[in-house]
Amino acid sequence: MTASAVPPAHDAIRPRPATEVEIQFEGRTYGGVLGQSIAGILLANDVLDWRTTSARQSPRGLFCGIGVCFDCVVTVDGIPDVRACQRRARGGEHVERQHFSLPTMRGH
Amino acid sequence: MRIVVIGAGIVGAACAHVLTSAGFDVTVLERGAVAGGTSSSCEGNLLVSDKTPGPELDLAVLAATRWPQVAGELKDQLGDTFPSLEYEPKGGLVVAYTATAADALLTFAETQRQAGVEAQTMTPREALRLEPHLSPRIATGVYYPGDAQVQPTVAVEALLASARMAGARVRTRERVIGAMRDATGARIVGVRTDRGHYPADAVVNAAGPWAGEVATLLGAPVPVLPRFGMVLVTPRMPHRVFHKVYDADYVGATQSGDADLQTSAVVESTAAGTVLIGSSRQRVGFDDRLRARVISEIAAKAIALFPFLEHTMVMRTYGGFRPYMPDHLPVIGPDHRVSPLYHVTGHEGAGIGLSLVSADILLAQLSQTTAPLDPAPFALDRASLAPHLKEAA
Repeated sequence: MTASAVPPAHDAIRPRPATEVEIQFEGRTYGGVLGQSIAGILLANDVLDWRTTSARQSPRGLFCGIGVCFDCVVTVDGIPDVRACQRRARGGEHVERQHFSLPTMRGH
Repeated sequence: MRIVVIGAGIVGAACAHVLTSAGFDVTVLERGAVAGGTSSSCEGNLLVSDKTPGPELDLAVLAATRWPQVAGELKDQLGDTFPSLEYEPKGGLVVAYTATAADALLTFAETQRQAGVEAQTMTPREALRLEPHLSPRIATGVYYPGDAQVQPTVAVEALLASARMAGARVRTRERVIGAMRDATGARIVGVRTDRGHYPADAVVNAAGPWAGEVATLLGAPVPVLPRFGMVLVTPRMPHRVFHKVYDADYVGATQSGDADLQTSAVVESTAAGTVLIGSSRQRVGFDDRLRARVISEIAAKAIALFPFLEHTMVMRTYGGFRPYMPDHLPVIGPDHRVSPLYHVTGHEGAGIGLSLVSADILLAQLSQTTAPLDPAPFALDRASLAPHLKEAA
């Protein structure tokens, strides 16, 4: 997937150059623009998954894209369960892959 | 013997499973989807801890032995590819914050012990050993090893899958519109739906909160009322809640007949890692809008119980109707006005837990054998229901 940003001169909503920001994910730095969602930045940089499921260890990334499904949650600056599709980047965020192993029930 | 069961929630599914296993020819009629009502909008509680000594506790104690047995049978029958029932005999911990509430809780637990329930009094230190993330501000706790949990929609599907394998038919999106009657008009000989006729030797009304509506269609009104309850769901997380944990207000809320809002914290983890947070009771008819005030009240009480929840997101909220009886006992058994009609409904928030034993009682009544416990307290013509029955008619 490649990013195809609208040139500022043709952007009816924000006709000025975008401020570039960077976020960290799994030891690498990815560039995007201020206000872009974390999911948007990752996808634009060809990162398609940022969560690992508990039971089958399957990769997960964007699913609904509108904040409903919670499939895209990541840990941002130490806070878990942040929806990558909803959080807008301000720059400098440390994004971590979220993976919880399935809990073991402690019956008595 | 042909039986028509109306309703494909947990009670209808349990009836279908138990009756087909005993050789009955069963058809389940469901106007919506399987487990589309109360059974998919609850928590899957199998509790003895919240029951006052009496007939309902007797049912719950019996149910606590029935679930592990049926869960094992279903697993053997349906195989490993069928989703797990997530039957967890995890035990329940009830806590009180104040000395007054602690006294009430301990007195209540003592009456349950006398009725044969295992209930262990816990100091705050002992309670915190069971639940390390619990608020240290609690005054006392009572631990009930007999409390358990099940994934309710999987349980419904599993019971119906098993019933189908034994020959039952399950017809969804088919609405019952009335009874078929004999020439005299006195006796029911089947039901009519929007798609056809189903002759039957007995009709079972297992429509949960909608059982009143179904009963009226069949000419035998029953005073079942909907009571709305809401549940909050967190994203999955490493386990920090290991039992069913609730504050002692819950018992008062389940036993109350008050139409006004009542909330209490009921917190538990699921096998998937999410945390379910209940609960509320409110009589608002069939108005299923979610209410922000209720959500915030439940959340505040849950945070009091488990302070770490303050930093946890709520991923979803859902609500559902519980089938409420004005005298707080389910109805299990024949209708004394219209024959051969049976009702199995009115379990309020205990329907998942009590479904199987209710179906066992129904089976005993249909096959004229001895029920696993005396069904008289659950009879539709019991004294405590008489004024409400008159009102419903």
